[in-house]
Amino acid sequence: MSTAPQSPPTPPPTKIASPVPSARELILNGILAENPVFRLALSLCPAVAVTTTVANGLLLGVAVLCVQVLSSVTVSLAHGLIHPRVRIPVYTIIIAVWVSAIDMALQAFTPALYAQVGLYVKLIVAFAIIISRLEIFASRQPLAPSFFDGLGMGLGFLIALVTIGAFRELLGSGAIAGIPLAPGKPLLFFALPAGGFFSIGLLMAFFNWVERRAQGARAKAPSPSGGHGV
Amino acid sequence: MSRRGPRAPGREGASRAATWLLGLGLVAAWLLSAAPVPAAGPSSPATPVPAAAPRLLSARVHAPNELRLRFSAPLARLDPENFRLTLALEPDIPIPLQDVRTAPGNRLILTFGQRLQPADHYRLEVVAPPLRRDVKPATWALLLTVMLAAALINNFVFTRYLGLCIFFGVSKRRDTAIGMGITFTLVMIFTAMLSWALDTFVLRPLHLGFLQILVFIGVVAFVVQFLDTMLRKTHPGLHRRFGIYLVLITTNCIILAVPLLNAQSSSGPLDALALAAGSGVGFAFALFLMSCARERMEYARVPQPFQGLPIAFALAGLFALAFMGFSGLDFFR
Repeated sequence: MSTAPQSPPTPPPTKIASPVPSARELILNGILAENPVFRLALSLCPAVAVTTTVANGLLLGVAVLCVQVLSSVTVSLAHGLIHPRVRIPVYTIIIAVWVSAIDMALQAFTPALYAQVGLYVKLIVAFAIIISRLEIFASRQPLAPSFFDGLGMGLGFLIALVTIGAFRELLGSGAIAGIPLAPGKPLLFFALPAGGFFSIGLLMAFFNWVERRAQGARAKAPSPSGGHGV
Repeated sequence: MSRRGPRAPGREGASRAATWLLGLGLVAAWLLSAAPVPAAGPSSPATPVPAAAPRLLSARVHAPNELRLRFSAPLARLDPENFRLTLALEPDIPIPLQDVRTAPGNRLILTFGQRLQPADHYRLEVVAPPLRRDVKPATWALLLTVMLAAALINNFVFTRYLGLCIFFGVSKRRDTAIGMGITFTLVMIFTAMLSWALDTFVLRPLHLGFLQILVFIGVVAFVVQFLDTMLRKTHPGLHRRFGIYLVLITTNCIILAVPLLNAQSSSGPLDALALAAGSGVGFAFALFLMSCARERMEYARVPQPFQGLPIAFALAGLFALAFMGFSGLDFFR
C-alpha cells in the first residue's frame, strides 16, 4: 500500500488463477505465499498483542481459523442472495455473527485463557484479513475452494501467531508452552509490549531474507520485501 | 408601548426607586443571613455545645496510606474509635485505623493499615462532632486522569497494540497522518457516545448483551457512512480532504475497542467521553510521532531484508519503549 489513503482498506488484488486451484495449493498459499501476518501484513493488532505466550497465540489463532472458515463458507453459499451494492455491510454482519458465537464458545470452554485475550477475540470483527478474503475469494468461488481458502488463511494466521508466541516466550521467559528450555536469565524485554513490535520486525525481516536467498539463486531481481504494504 | 406612553414621569421615578429599595433590602437580608454562619458555626443557637463545633474543611487521601483532614477548630476526641473510614462501595467493612496525629493549623493525619488509592471513593464518619463526608477526587480530575491514561499510559497503539493496520498504513507522510488523526478523533468521540447510549438505554435494559459486537460494528459502519454522505453533500471541500480517511476508519480496531471497554466497565457518560477523547488523541499523537520518524527514515540506509515494514516495526518498538516511561505517571500524587 504505497499510496496508503488512496486505496480502499482491502489489500491489493491478489492474483486468482481462473481454473480453481486444488485444495492443497489453496492451503499452502495461505500458509506460505500469502501468509496473512508475514506476507500480507494484515491483522497485525492481535499478532502483537496476544503473542506473549504460545497458548494465547494458539487460542486466538483457533478463533480466527473458525471465524474465517465459517464466514467464507457462509458467504460462498449465500453470494447469490447478496446484492453487490450492500455486500460489505452484509459481510460485516456475517462476520459479527460468527465472532459472537465463537466468543461465547471460548468464554464457556476456556475461561482462564479467555480472560487474557477476550477483548481481542471480540475485535476479530474488525480484522481486515477476513473481510478481504470474503471479498476477493469466497464471493466468487463455489463452496469447496472457499472452504479450503479459508482453512489455508486461518492456518497461516494460526502458524504465524504460534511462531511469534514461541519466539517471544522463549526469549521473554525462557520457556515454550510453559516448559522451561533456555537456561539463564530471560530477556524480559520480549515479553513487554515493546518487545512484540521488535519480534515481529525481526521475524518479518528473517522471512524476507530467506525469500531473497531463495529467489537470489534464480534471478537477481530486487526483493519485493520493501513493497508489500499493510 | 403606546398604552404606557402617557405615564407620568413622576410615577415612573417612584416605581424605579421602589425597585431599587426592594433590591437593596434583598441584598441586605442575604448578607445578614449569610454573614453570621461562618462565625457561629451551627446555625441553630439551641444546641448544647457552647463553643462552635469544629467543622471539617477539607479531607484528602495522601499516598500511600494517609488521610489528611483540616478542621475549623481543634477536635476534642482524637482516639482511633472516633473515626471510621470505609470504601463507598463497601460501607460495612471499616479500614483499620492505626494512628491519629495532629499537625499545626487544626490538621489531623490519620494513618491506616492498608493502602489508600487517591482515585478511589471513600466515606469518612466521625463520632464526636457527628459528621459524615465523602472523600473523593474532583470529577474533572478523574476525567482528566482517564483521558491522560488513555492517551499516554495505556496508549492504544504502543501498549495495547490496537489499530496497527491503519497505524502502519497511514504513517508514511506527515500530512496524511495529521488528517487521519483529526478525522479519527472526531469519529471516535461520535461513535463511542452513540454506542454508549445504545448500550446503556437499549442493550442493558433488554438483556441483549450478546448483541454487543453486532450493534457496535453497526454503529461504526452507520456513523462512517452517514458522515461520508453528509460531508459530500454539504462540505465537498472537507470531504475531498478527509473523506478518504473516513473509509479507512472502519477497519481500525480502536474504534470498536473503546465502546467494548466502556461497556465492560459500565462507565458513565463522562467517563465514556473521556476515554473516547483520550484514545483518539493518543492515536493521533502516535500517528504524528511515527510519521515524523518515518519521513526521516526515507533517507536512512536500511539493510534490504529490513526495508519497508520490518524497520517500521522496530521503530514502533522503540516508541513503545519510550511510552513505557509514562507508566509511572500518577495525576494525584
